[in-house]
Amino acid sequence: MRKRAFLKRSASAVLALTVSVTQAAETLKIGAVGPKTGGLAGGAVVSYWPNVQLWAHDVNARGGLDVGGTKYMVEIIEYDDQTNPGETIKAVQRLATQDKADFILAPYATGLNIAAAPVFARYGYPMITHTAISDQVEELSSKFPNMYFTLGGASGLAQGVADVLGAMKSAGDIGNRVAMVNVADAFGIELAERAEPALKEAGFEIVYKTSYPLGTQDLSPVVKGAKDANPDAFVAFSYPPDTFGLTKQAVVENLNVKAFYTAVATAFPAYAGANGSAANNVLGAGGVNADDPAFQAYMKRHEEVTGEKPDFWASGMVYASFQILEQAIEATDSIDRKVVAEYIKSNDFDTLMGKISWDENNNNSAYWTVGQWQDGVFKGVASTGREGAVSPRLKEGWE
Amino acid sequence: MGILITGLLLGGTYALIAMGLNLQYGMSRIMNLANGEILVAGGFAAFWFWTAGSLSPLLTIFLLAPLAFAVNWLVYVVVLRPLVKRAKTRGQLEVDAILTTFGLSFVAVGVMLATFGGDYFSYSYMLTPVEFWGETYAVNRILAFVAAVIICGALYLWLNISRAGMSIRAIAVSPDSSRLVGIDVPKLSALAFALGGAVTAVGGALISTFLTLDASTGVIFTLKALVIVIMGGVGDVRGTVVAALLLGVLETFVARLIDPGLTLAAAYLLFILILLFRPQGLFGRRQS
Repeated sequence: MRKRAFLKRSASAVLALTVSVTQAAETLKIGAVGPKTGGLAGGAVVSYWPNVQLWAHDVNARGGLDVGGTKYMVEIIEYDDQTNPGETIKAVQRLATQDKADFILAPYATGLNIAAAPVFARYGYPMITHTAISDQVEELSSKFPNMYFTLGGASGLAQGVADVLGAMKSAGDIGNRVAMVNVADAFGIELAERAEPALKEAGFEIVYKTSYPLGTQDLSPVVKGAKDANPDAFVAFSYPPDTFGLTKQAVVENLNVKAFYTAVATAFPAYAGANGSAANNVLGAGGVNADDPAFQAYMKRHEEVTGEKPDFWASGMVYASFQILEQAIEATDSIDRKVVAEYIKSNDFDTLMGKISWDENNNNSAYWTVGQWQDGVFKGVASTGREGAVSPRLKEGWE
Repeated sequence: MGILITGLLLGGTYALIAMGLNLQYGMSRIMNLANGEILVAGGFAAFWFWTAGSLSPLLTIFLLAPLAFAVNWLVYVVVLRPLVKRAKTRGQLEVDAILTTFGLSFVAVGVMLATFGGDYFSYSYMLTPVEFWGETYAVNRILAFVAAVIICGALYLWLNISRAGMSIRAIAVSPDSSRLVGIDVPKLSALAFALGGAVTAVGGALISTFLTLDASTGVIFTLKALVIVIMGGVGDVRGTVVAALLLGVLETFVARLIDPGLTLAAAYLLFILILLFRPQGLFGRRQS
């Protein structure tokens, strides 16, 4: 069920919040499209929207973007796409043609980014994605040369899980029995498909494997099934509601595994909030270099300005992708999209997530794959070449 | 045995989700598409009281029920009663109500986004296992089941024994004839609607102890409730209970014995079969 006319009106009237702008300086119109309602809103309001607000705040607080001596304040034009790709496309189109946005921030989540990519390409907007996870990076970047990828790919994320568990097995900490479940959705299916051979390669036996539909309200059969198989490690390629649900069920069933992994939203502050000490030593998708002062400063500012805590994976990357745009504009002294896009392609960027550089497919090939809750902080434990990983700990019970 | 109990517990959850809509649709004839939002709001309230004041959801529901009752009463009187007055046929009322409550659901989502934010909310309450007959169950689900039994039982008795209850059932059968025997149709319709809202909000508070919700999830519950109400037969408490339990047990059987991936398919297969062979629902009356 979709929200149509009503929301469209409210999108322009209510949700199109504009950041207060001082009249003296020039303004740069920046479009932002993402879910405020619909299936992915719960993720977007944690990882995406607060960063839009924070970035605009940061830029304007220091007097705006410096473009060849002229100061440009940024004005954000926001649209809710209702987690509907059709609406994402319409909103980007509207930003390009009616609002005449100077730049548009990439939308939220893989599917919505892929949907909007042709529109970004048609109007020549650089599209630095922050929450698009795909293994079709090569194909996408050849079709849309202005599309950049920062958060990683499905293979890398799945391989990271196999690597972390493999290291635990080699150290003699866990046995070779893995229970693997996934949400029956593009993301879950793709990761499970990649993880299975990777785990087998690492010498694991998959003793329980199943999928469950998105929105399943009782996950106890899944956890009971896994428990009956007596696994050493539990891996779930899950989405937010089931990430929470599986963890709660594991607590109830006292699922006795030495490694417990859930995917999306494990890195959310709400995860630790909901599960308390049971969250300790839970592995999850993503991660950050939590000890890096740059990240810590960002965390502090994020909470001060938006009143919310960032998550420990996508949040930082969302902000980093805005930093890339910002640095490219200031370095080229230009607001010409073509010039800026050209600069992004051929340069590296220093962001709060560390250095971001592109491979031949406009892809940031060094990214976090696995993190772990350790004493209240979700720390990166595995990556494809980022600094600051800590060593993973074993899950010792659910108390 | 374990599967049956797990299934019944899930069925209890489903009964909580659907019972309010049954009252609203069956008794006061409002197909309320904003029902799921009331449920989420109930969950939000429980979450807020728990995190801010450590108030147990079991106590919250006693605050919540009158509040939700009042809010739903107001919604009915202000927004929906004009539709009822205007409608010449039941069909017309249904269409008008669907469109209006569809709109209301967006208002509700917007209000919740503005007041609570769009973040997921989840907390641990009574997340302790109990074991019997060799299987473990979560206490919070058992609590929800017990509450469902109490709520459904009380509603059933009330509808069958009390004068107001029987009058409401009379309205469900024939609003026009009810007026002839001196039943205050507008007042009791509002009562049924408000009661349905209160039941839904209480259900939401109980469900939030084990499900993760966010401002936009309401529609999922509306759909589930709709399926259950139609399966059970519109306007019959027993039907909703039986359909909810049936669905819970079926889904759990399929999940445990075949594959968790097939639960949705099994649920909708059951729905289709019931629609094919008993379109009025398990306990429904054929429409004349």
